[in-house]
Amino acid sequence: MAASTSVTSPSDPLLSWTTHGDQLSAVASGVWTCANGDRLERLTDSLDRQPASTVTLDISGVEALDTFGAWLIERAVRQAKSRKQTAQLAAVPDRYHDLLAALDRTNRRAAAAPAAGGPLAAWLAALGASVSAIGDDLVAMVAMFGALTFAQLDRFTKRPQLARARDTVHHFERVSWQAIPIILLITFVVGAIIAQQGLFYFRKFGAQDYVVNLVGVLVLRELAVLIVAIMVAGRSGSAFTAELGSMKMREEIDALRTMGLDPIDVLALPRVVALVFGLPILTFLGGLAALFGGALIAWLDGGMSPATFIARLQDAVSLSDFEVGIIKAPCMALVIGAVACTEGLRVEGSAVSLGIQTTASVVKSIFLVIVLDGLFAIFFSAIGM
Amino acid sequence: MDVARHEPVIQVRDLVVAFDDRVVLDGLSLDVDRGETLGVVGASGAGKSVLLRTLLGLIPKSGGSVRVLGIDLREASVRERHSVGRRCGTLFQQGALFSSLSVVENVQFPMREYLHLSDRLRREVAMAKIEMVGLDPNDASKYPAQLSGGMNKRAALARALALDPEILFLDEPTSDLDNIAADEFDNLIRTLRRTLGLTVFMVTHDLASVGRVCDRVAAIADKLIVFTGPLAAVVQAQHPWVKAYFGGERARAALAIGAR
Repeated sequence: MAASTSVTSPSDPLLSWTTHGDQLSAVASGVWTCANGDRLERLTDSLDRQPASTVTLDISGVEALDTFGAWLIERAVRQAKSRKQTAQLAAVPDRYHDLLAALDRTNRRAAAAPAAGGPLAAWLAALGASVSAIGDDLVAMVAMFGALTFAQLDRFTKRPQLARARDTVHHFERVSWQAIPIILLITFVVGAIIAQQGLFYFRKFGAQDYVVNLVGVLVLRELAVLIVAIMVAGRSGSAFTAELGSMKMREEIDALRTMGLDPIDVLALPRVVALVFGLPILTFLGGLAALFGGALIAWLDGGMSPATFIARLQDAVSLSDFEVGIIKAPCMALVIGAVACTEGLRVEGSAVSLGIQTTASVVKSIFLVIVLDGLFAIFFSAIGM
Repeated sequence: MDVARHEPVIQVRDLVVAFDDRVVLDGLSLDVDRGETLGVVGASGAGKSVLLRTLLGLIPKSGGSVRVLGIDLREASVRERHSVGRRCGTLFQQGALFSSLSVVENVQFPMREYLHLSDRLRREVAMAKIEMVGLDPNDASKYPAQLSGGMNKRAALARALALDPEILFLDEPTSDLDNIAADEFDNLIRTLRRTLGLTVFMVTHDLASVGRVCDRVAAIADKLIVFTGPLAAVVQAQHPWVKAYFGGERARAALAIGAR
């Protein structure tokens, strides 16, 4: 009664059928492989719409069959059966038997459905998860501080020595010594910019001498330590997270644990101690470079001789300004180190997870460094420093 | 598909591979015919994996020629590499699943790159492959880090088979599998071979697997192939390493099981 073919070239997949009353006999031929996947799916789907009570599919003319073609045949048979049709394959060549039998066993059990709920529920769930993640972060931070403190106390009580001196010196070289050029450059430029901007505005009031106060107080109290901390968070914090993370991925952390060693003691403590010693030194050097940058601009742009600059600086800043800056440095180092190590130990098995935790490490430590700076500002003004 | 039927699908001639001054393979020649399953055996460090990686174009060779489906992957154009890459599947020793994709996404990855298929068909065939390698459908949405070693390997095999390749390269396929899983794996390879006309190049230590699956064995020693032939002929081999390897107690037990 009805016939359907689509002829293009001999090895194209074909499916033609004839209906005799209630009986539908389909004949498949050509190449039934993945390269023709799209066309094959349309062919088998068109078979799907034929009204018949019995469907017979003859595949003896199929020249080549792979998993894709075989699955489509299997799917057509299943769909026919699901519509209460009697479906069967006819003239199955021996070489296709096993593949069809293998596919007959697949896609029978549906995977467990994902948790129900619309996009709103998913969004709310994500929101809730991220809020509770903030709490988890805080707990993890405090736990890391505790673990670091205990590891350090343990060292002091058992063998009074700096934690793993050799490792610590190695990390100290990486985070401090090797960072000196870039820190000097950046703080120098920042000092120069502040002096230039200060001169520009103070000149309007004829108060250009006060640029020394501006540069001196700002650099020593706030900027040197802040810029150094942000640089170190980006430079060393990210490196710590990536190192610990890839060690976690390669089960090196587990290896340490099975040897009865504490990864906090072996890996985290030397890094954090190196930061705690390194950051004040970098802050000191950074402050010098910023003052130098400011003095240079005051000389070149404002015509203030270096000797005058130094003399005014001695009047403008007190020792407490310097102390305020330098006291903050080890605290910020502790935060950067703790965040970096916490995030590093949180890395899961995948490469993406390593990237996520490294990003989180840098973002969180910079955020916390700035928040901490704010808290210090309140504290120091309260005690009158 | 238009590679001449008579020409071997893998052809290695006088291959020399050296790292700096350390020569690993020296004058190695080997043919693999279409539809056959070749097992490559050799001592640890004899260069089995180096041979495999050279075939795949991952290691540069110092001399000789290597052709896979008529093409040297190391010197191939991007286009040729693409066309051969589609017709070869590789199961790496550690699985090498993409860690940021779930199992089913891993299997779909080559399909997405090479084929124009509807989402539904791609998903269904990927699920079929996942079940064919013996994984539970519920494992499909898991990430590689959540899988055990054996499951990882099965998932990696499903990915290697994603495009129904003509040649399947297997690097120690059964090394992480328990006995039952290894048996299933062997059966699977045999089934796929029969139905798809698959050519299998298998580097392995598992002699039972060699006995059950391989038509032919190639033994690497002294930087070249010292024996090739059906497993039954291995007893006549003269090379001392081959004698020692196949004459050992473990080997005979394994081969007796394999032959059953």
